[in-house]
Amino acid sequence: MPTLKTVVLDSEKCIGCITCMRRCPTEAIRIENGKAKILYDKCINCGECVRSCKGGAKRPVYDSFDLVSSYAYKIALPSPSLFGQFNNLDDPNYVIEGLLALGFDEVFEVGLAAELVTDCTKKLMQKKNLPRPVISTACPAVAELILLKFHELADHMLNVYAPAKIAAKLAKKQALEKGIPADDIGIFFISPCPAKVYSLHKEEVANEKYISGVLSQSDVYFRLVDKMNKIKNPRKLGKCGYSGLGWGSSGGESNSLGLGNYIHCSGVRNVLGVLTEMSDGKLDGADFVELNMCPGGCVGGVLNVENPFIARNHMRQLAEKLKIPPATMQDYGLDESFFIWDKAPEPSTSFQLDTDRFAAMQKLMLVEEYLKKLPGIDCGACGAPTCRTHAEDVVTSGKPLDCVKLREIK
Amino acid sequence: MECIRLAYDVDGENFSSAGNASESVKRTLKQLGVSPASVRRVAIAMYEGEINMVIHAHGGRAEVEIYPDYIDIYLKDHGPGIADIDLAMKAGWSTASENIRSLGFGAGMGLPNMKNYSDEMKVDSTVGVGTTVFLRVRF
Repeated sequence: MPTLKTVVLDSEKCIGCITCMRRCPTEAIRIENGKAKILYDKCINCGECVRSCKGGAKRPVYDSFDLVSSYAYKIALPSPSLFGQFNNLDDPNYVIEGLLALGFDEVFEVGLAAELVTDCTKKLMQKKNLPRPVISTACPAVAELILLKFHELADHMLNVYAPAKIAAKLAKKQALEKGIPADDIGIFFISPCPAKVYSLHKEEVANEKYISGVLSQSDVYFRLVDKMNKIKNPRKLGKCGYSGLGWGSSGGESNSLGLGNYIHCSGVRNVLGVLTEMSDGKLDGADFVELNMCPGGCVGGVLNVENPFIARNHMRQLAEKLKIPPATMQDYGLDESFFIWDKAPEPSTSFQLDTDRFAAMQKLMLVEEYLKKLPGIDCGACGAPTCRTHAEDVVTSGKPLDCVKLREIK
Repeated sequence: MECIRLAYDVDGENFSSAGNASESVKRTLKQLGVSPASVRRVAIAMYEGEINMVIHAHGGRAEVEIYPDYIDIYLKDHGPGIADIDLAMKAGWSTASENIRSLGFGAGMGLPNMKNYSDEMKVDSTVGVGTTVFLRVRF
């Protein structure tokens, strides 16, 4: 795997406007030589720049569908949000049959894994040794945001793998038990967002190999619709119930835990707001906090086709038809150890001005000095999102102040 | 070495902007690589101080001095002052109005929390003149 990137720039389409730079929640975009540049060490892969780019210059990165055919035994992992992309879908088995018709040998629903994650989370919450409120780590962009900007909340993160990873682990375990050679097994997650593409690739680099590739939900959608239209009477293959399907929308995860005292919210600004309140100690009474970076939850990811709120409606109606009760760890002969992180992720130090405290203080004093000179209007014309970030860039890069307003005054 | 001095006006009319000063200080401490646990202590202590100024004193001024291994916070207001500081320091004791309480503030935990989350605390207050709270948090 080359350098991990979630979003790349189509330079020809980028006109150097400051829309994405302004919307980026971690100040990870600069405009340099008239083009948007992503500072990958500050990027949390949320997809906000993809969502906001008017010219389609921000391209999410994902694996090519062609990769699937290079494995002898192919397993598809559809996310719950995929099931919300279709009009008039009254049976999830059409999607599963469609995936099989596309050439997959097996389909393992991520929603089913989500139900198992719920069961595990319930057990862990009962033990009371997790600091409250426990923050869900199912949304990888939220997890990255905490590791980047909210270190003080890192010990509140739920220390279990996200459903996609659990689905991959379980699918691989079952395939191996069937006697399929490890090298033949290709496991592909169909992702609603670039954050999950990135996080699963990152896991891949660091850990045991479960996922062979991460596909785009919209890419798969267009291939799938064609196949699904030809299916008449789908077999009853799906095992995911209403609870797992609910995970595709914001609130689904916390709802399934059966807790009274929880908060769920979605959308970048709202998530930042709740994390800020938490770090001021204001949510100490809540048991669980579910945060989704995309509006409406995973259905709002930029690799979806349908409008998130229409997709939510589809999923709710579909869930009402599913009478399957939530799966438990016991059903699959698993215990908590299957779900818990091998290793807690490391907080990022990208926002530190210097690793040496004294040097960092010197730099910060300089930043404050520059801020007195700068107009403070955050116009973005220098290519940084705010006057403060420009001052910080100047201090860390050693380049001179470059402010349009200051030049006007002179 | 010199310290980093930052100062903020705390708007007394606006509950939602209370916390802006502690937010900015939090950001600064993170940029300096201060440990998460210390950042959290500073954030909570300072946030409580800001809220107190909004509830009781129509705002005021927060001044901080950041040193390599500690932070000094001065919360200065020209509010009504505190008649009995020992009583005010008791958990659960508050003079906040019903109106304020209905917003979820005024539970009488402000000063006690500031004490819990800081290493040193000093309250200077004159009735009718104002209050200055000093907090030191070591990293």
